[in-house]
Amino acid sequence: MFTQFKEGLLISFRAIKANKIRSVLTTLGIVIGVCSVVLMSTAIKGVDNSFESGISSLGSDVLYIDKFAWFSNQDWWKIRNRRNISFEDYEKFKGLVKLPLAVAPTAFSVRTVKYRDKTAESVFITGSTSEYLSTTNFTFSNGRFYSEVESNAGREVVVLGSEIAENLFNNIDPLGMHVKIGGHSFLIIGVLEKQGSFLLGSFNPDKQAYIPIKSLFKHFGLTWRTVTINVRAKSPQLVEETKIEAEQAMRQVRRLKASDESDFSINQQEGLTQIYESTVGVIQVGGFFITGLALFVGAIGIMNIMFVSVKERTREIGIRKAIGAKRRNILLQFLLESATICLIGGIIGLIIAVILSYVVNQFLPTSVQASAVILAIIISIITGVLSGFAPAYTASKLDPVDSLRYE
Amino acid sequence: MLKNEEDKKNPKFKVNKMTNTNSVIIEMEHIAKTYVMGIDEVHALADVSLTVNKNEYIAIMGPSGSGKSTLMNIIGCLDTPSSGLYRFTGENVSEMNDNELATIRNKQIGFVFQTFNLLPRSNALHNVELPLIYAGVHSSIRKEKAKTALENVGLSDRIHHKPNELSGGQRQRVAVARALVNDPSIILADEPTGNLDSKTGEEIMQLFEELHQKGNTIILVTHEEYIAEHANRIIRLRDGLIESDEFVKKKIGKI
Repeated sequence: MFTQFKEGLLISFRAIKANKIRSVLTTLGIVIGVCSVVLMSTAIKGVDNSFESGISSLGSDVLYIDKFAWFSNQDWWKIRNRRNISFEDYEKFKGLVKLPLAVAPTAFSVRTVKYRDKTAESVFITGSTSEYLSTTNFTFSNGRFYSEVESNAGREVVVLGSEIAENLFNNIDPLGMHVKIGGHSFLIIGVLEKQGSFLLGSFNPDKQAYIPIKSLFKHFGLTWRTVTINVRAKSPQLVEETKIEAEQAMRQVRRLKASDESDFSINQQEGLTQIYESTVGVIQVGGFFITGLALFVGAIGIMNIMFVSVKERTREIGIRKAIGAKRRNILLQFLLESATICLIGGIIGLIIAVILSYVVNQFLPTSVQASAVILAIIISIITGVLSGFAPAYTASKLDPVDSLRYE
Repeated sequence: MLKNEEDKKNPKFKVNKMTNTNSVIIEMEHIAKTYVMGIDEVHALADVSLTVNKNEYIAIMGPSGSGKSTLMNIIGCLDTPSSGLYRFTGENVSEMNDNELATIRNKQIGFVFQTFNLLPRSNALHNVELPLIYAGVHSSIRKEKAKTALENVGLSDRIHHKPNELSGGQRQRVAVARALVNDPSIILADEPTGNLDSKTGEEIMQLFEELHQKGNTIILVTHEEYIAEHANRIIRLRDGLIESDEFVKKKIGKI
């Protein structure tokens, strides 16, 4: 069996060498197919990873009480007409709830941040209190978050996201420097480590600056005129209870009657995850369908060329049968040949995919996984065997007398 | 009991069975082969009975359409008869399936064809190795045997040449080496000199002569009278029947 396997491999290499151009063209289909499968799975893995790191910076145990709902079936105009959540609402709310680990108000403004001649445009400025830090998973590369004193006094202090700091300060240590935010001078007291979550767009902490909410109100007004209250539960298990308590407290703050609908939304990362999963699920299914199609076309190419190869080598098959090749020997020979073609194509496709993944890496932090490599190799062998089976079976059934006579 | 009765009724059968063990290689009884072409039936072989003993040197002759190719295919186990009994070294071949026939061809029969039928992309050594590969012989033994076989036909200096780098005579020698490499019971040659000039053809016939001297059984299919004269038994076919079957005194080819 091993002898015949070796012989079969030898024959297939010889046959591939004998028809170089044809082999290259045939292989191309598989190269493209495998390459797209690997890239696809790599890209999806990359999107998944970034989403996960992004979502974890939101924290699974954090509730966001907001005028707006992140995801909602309600009419937009209805939500628009809700009352704003004011800073006073936050203060009352904070006095009512017992369960949360931390409660922090947030308000946003978009401003230009300047350091000498360097400028960062349209930076998301988040205003909050010192408790904000406890509602996040932030880590610092340098410095600290603003203190309660600084927060309550509305001092001109700022914590920069890693990207902003890098853009403005390059190699200089930004700590202790002053930046101009919308024309007002702020002292840098901390720089965040890279949190890495491109998916959140402008909400990416790397691209934000954090100042006390009171200084935000003082200098920029309440631009969006509504405050989001971030509530962190003591543990992921307590999220539901905390949510119920928060809902009741908020209704009380808003003086809603039992029959009234809540005029605020309690948002959660979970909803984001669900939306993400259903969206990416569709992309995934669509992507694999298309790459599967590419692979299928490649497989048809292989099958076609194997039929031609069998026809061309009818005489060879006749000779082999005359001197004692059994059906399975011939079957194995042609199966090995198509599997070899596909495997070579698969490996080439894999190499191209690895190279291309470096390009993808510029947009999406990703790399080709070992599982994708194994997948590619298995897929190409299976494709080879499946597409080679019909031609190989035809070859194995050939009549030796007829094939010897074939010109 | 039943067997004995059968044997009594058919004494010839019994004789054959007895001789079987020592020197009979081929026994054919009332072999017929019918091809269906469209709605017509063509009787390529009508009724052929034949016995071949060890170390015979037989030429099968006949005009085209006489059925000699069909007979040769059946003898060579490339094809099975429509009816009749064919025993090869005592084994009933007429009822074997494709794979069993392949094993018989591999171990018992060495083919030499008019068109050589070597694998064009493989060198001489690999061509000769081929039957051993299908017999599952280990690589090192295989190489050794193939080399010896090529030496025996005088091609020890050509083992790494591909068929298109060899002359017609040399190619046919490679084919003979391939036929011999598995120590077959018979060598079946179909017009082995048909594609060669007469001088080279004569050399190949000398080679067959030597093989016969060494104890091999050879069956030769030809339509050339002077080639047939190398054999010591000539069977002539006509219209699917044996027209004559005679032992002849060798006129040529004596060393």
